[in-house]
Amino acid sequence: MLMRTDDDTLARAAADGDAAAFATLIEHQYDRLFRLCFRLTGSRAEAEDLCQDICAALPGKLRGFRADAQFTTWLYRVCVNAAHDRRRRAATHARAAEGWGTWEVDRRAADQDTAEAIDWLMQAMRQLPEDLRDTLALVLDDITHREAAEILGVPEGTISWRVSEAKKKLAALRQREETP
Amino acid sequence: MSDDLDDLKQMMDAATPPPDPARRKENIALAQKNFENLQEFWGHGRPTSDRPTKGLMSGVRKMLNIMSSRGALTATTALVAVYIAMLSPLGDNLMPTSRTEPPAPAPAKIERDDTVAVPVEEELPAPLVEPQVMSDSAAIAPAGRMMESAPATSYIVAEPPVFMPESNTETFANADSNPLQVTAENPVSTFSIDVDTASYAVVRNALMQGQLPPRDAVRIEEMVNYFPYDYAEPEGDGAFLPTVSLSPTPWNPDTRLLQIGIQGKGVPLDDRPPLNLVFLIDASGSMEAPNKLPLLKQSFRLMLSQLRPEDEVAIVTYAGSAGLVLNPTPAGDRSTILAALDRLSAGGSTAGEAGLQQAYATAATMTEEGELGRVILATDGDFNVGLSDPEALKTYISDKRESGTYLSVLGFGRGNLDDATMQALAQNGNGQAAYIDTLSEAQKVLVDQLGGALFPIADDVKIQVEFNPATVAEYRLIGYETRALNREDFNNDKVDAGDIGAGHQVTALYEVTPVGSPAVLTDSLRYGADTAASGPEDELAFLRLRYKAPGAADSQLIEMPVTEDTSGDAGFAAAIAGFGQLLRGGAYLGDWGYADAIDLANRTKGDDTFGYRAEAIQLMRLAESLSDQ
Repeated sequence: MLMRTDDDTLARAAADGDAAAFATLIEHQYDRLFRLCFRLTGSRAEAEDLCQDICAALPGKLRGFRADAQFTTWLYRVCVNAAHDRRRRAATHARAAEGWGTWEVDRRAADQDTAEAIDWLMQAMRQLPEDLRDTLALVLDDITHREAAEILGVPEGTISWRVSEAKKKLAALRQREETP
Repeated sequence: MSDDLDDLKQMMDAATPPPDPARRKENIALAQKNFENLQEFWGHGRPTSDRPTKGLMSGVRKMLNIMSSRGALTATTALVAVYIAMLSPLGDNLMPTSRTEPPAPAPAKIERDDTVAVPVEEELPAPLVEPQVMSDSAAIAPAGRMMESAPATSYIVAEPPVFMPESNTETFANADSNPLQVTAENPVSTFSIDVDTASYAVVRNALMQGQLPPRDAVRIEEMVNYFPYDYAEPEGDGAFLPTVSLSPTPWNPDTRLLQIGIQGKGVPLDDRPPLNLVFLIDASGSMEAPNKLPLLKQSFRLMLSQLRPEDEVAIVTYAGSAGLVLNPTPAGDRSTILAALDRLSAGGSTAGEAGLQQAYATAATMTEEGELGRVILATDGDFNVGLSDPEALKTYISDKRESGTYLSVLGFGRGNLDDATMQALAQNGNGQAAYIDTLSEAQKVLVDQLGGALFPIADDVKIQVEFNPATVAEYRLIGYETRALNREDFNNDKVDAGDIGAGHQVTALYEVTPVGSPAVLTDSLRYGADTAASGPEDELAFLRLRYKAPGAADSQLIEMPVTEDTSGDAGFAAAIAGFGQLLRGGAYLGDWGYADAIDLANRTKGDDTFGYRAEAIQLMRLAESLSDQ
């Protein structure tokens, strides 16, 4: 499912300096990368910028890619770390309100026809603590708990706990909204 | 997975948009470009050793040469700067003043990282130096926003050792405070003048909101230059007149303050040539806040009343797309201009580059032979979209400057304000960068100082002070960190520097420690050659000033000695310089604190016709109360 053996091979070739392999690899992975970036940031513009950060740094990072690793898992870890760095910078530069904050502003201005459920999810995600949000973004991206644990560098049990915690929080939010 | 999670997943899938095809292409191209560059840098394929064989500095130089392309330079300059910070034994002392000793390549070991975090600075070990300068600024900046300030840019490709630390600051352009210099070792101090005042407004805005400003937002020279001082006007044909004075240092009884004041010639407003102004207005969504576009409209209304009928005004906006909102219109036709202003509304993202190109094209149609045009960029500084390569943009602005169209930048609003971008653009465009946070600031910048903002009287003004080791033991330039120049740049007319507009004033302050003073901080060397100081006993320093008449290619030189008996009173300028140093941490101030600054400012405030100084004292009080917490 997650593993793409050909991409692992490509990654190893790229790490050894094969430009064609790298080109194919990035072409393959870009959409998946963007999807995760969007879920981590909650804003299309932020996701594009985050992708740009990652693309710029990826060639350098790739030298650290080890032959025994799974490329997708490794790439997700790069992505999550890059998102964290971006958030940290955003906070430093008083831009914290961007990303999910901007999304919220856009949401209010947005077309009334926007599906209510999606709307609710985005808003709810914004209210989750960062660690739960990251975990949920990964798990909703067909990542197993074990892989998510590897990506985020925490025990697998923590992931399961975070997912159930996130679900609890979302349920609580929904309940609060439904009982005005 | 449970059902509710599947629901969530479906919702999330529906909510996730596809990537923007254009950005996708750009980003992938960027990745490939960087990949190639890195291959070249490392020499094809992975080297067997952890260290490039040719010596790291040559590697860096090579890398810099490769990075000529769009995007690549933007994305990798941060990386390069990190390498340099680590490689140089000078470490956090990479200020231009120390450039006389080129940093020798040091054997830094670069490890391949397995931790895969994006910012480079955390992963690459620096065995010799703590790369402190870089710690906040050197994370790989989002490529679209990474900025360098102008003095740094002119060197970057030429010689690696001249990197200045601020070249990668993402938001506020600044560098470490100028260090103390020992006259015997380093008698010459060179810098470019700076007439910007943006930093003061940023500091004021922060204090008014109950926060101490970030240290890097405090540029002392811009705070000092915010205030008018009582300098003598130039007579005859002189474009400006330097005034030099020595006074006691408020925070140290054993040192003295050397104040260099430059008064630009005022141009009588009735007598001035017609203006050709293109307002380039950022109408992106982020400008909607009341302190942005609405304030901007009010500010321009104020300014319009100062223009004369033969002046011409055009308005270009940039947002999702760039557009000419108002064709070149004589300023006499106020109703047309005001109507166009009123029609402006915020929306969309920012395409700064396209807007800038259109503004320059419009300015070119307005200016006749021998006339100067000026683009006035009003923005909150968020060039998110469009400005993918600051380097190319700055080159573009410099080229336009050569052909007679200048650029001024007005910043509005906090939060998005990319101070470094504004600085860089205005410095390259021979213009002023000002930050407008209130209507009264708009009044000051656009009405009271209209002459200065719009009529350059001298370009590329550089100051070089040579201190006399026979009389001065140590000296320290207060502020001007981002404006430092190489000693040899002073006589090189190709090196860009700041410009003075009509009626502008520029003030620079040195704290000098006389020979024999108890305040001397450094001991003489036991083994160093104790060269006998041979300067005249009554001269402290020798001041050299270079400037070009607007548009001229060759510079003119003004020289004058600074003698012992040049007395004066730095007064209010000293109070502001002290205030700025306090906000930056005040390493050289001893016990001198906010209360002393307030006291000194109160005593020296003078007439204060416009109330600027009273406001500054208010800010000092605010800072005092905030720093107690």
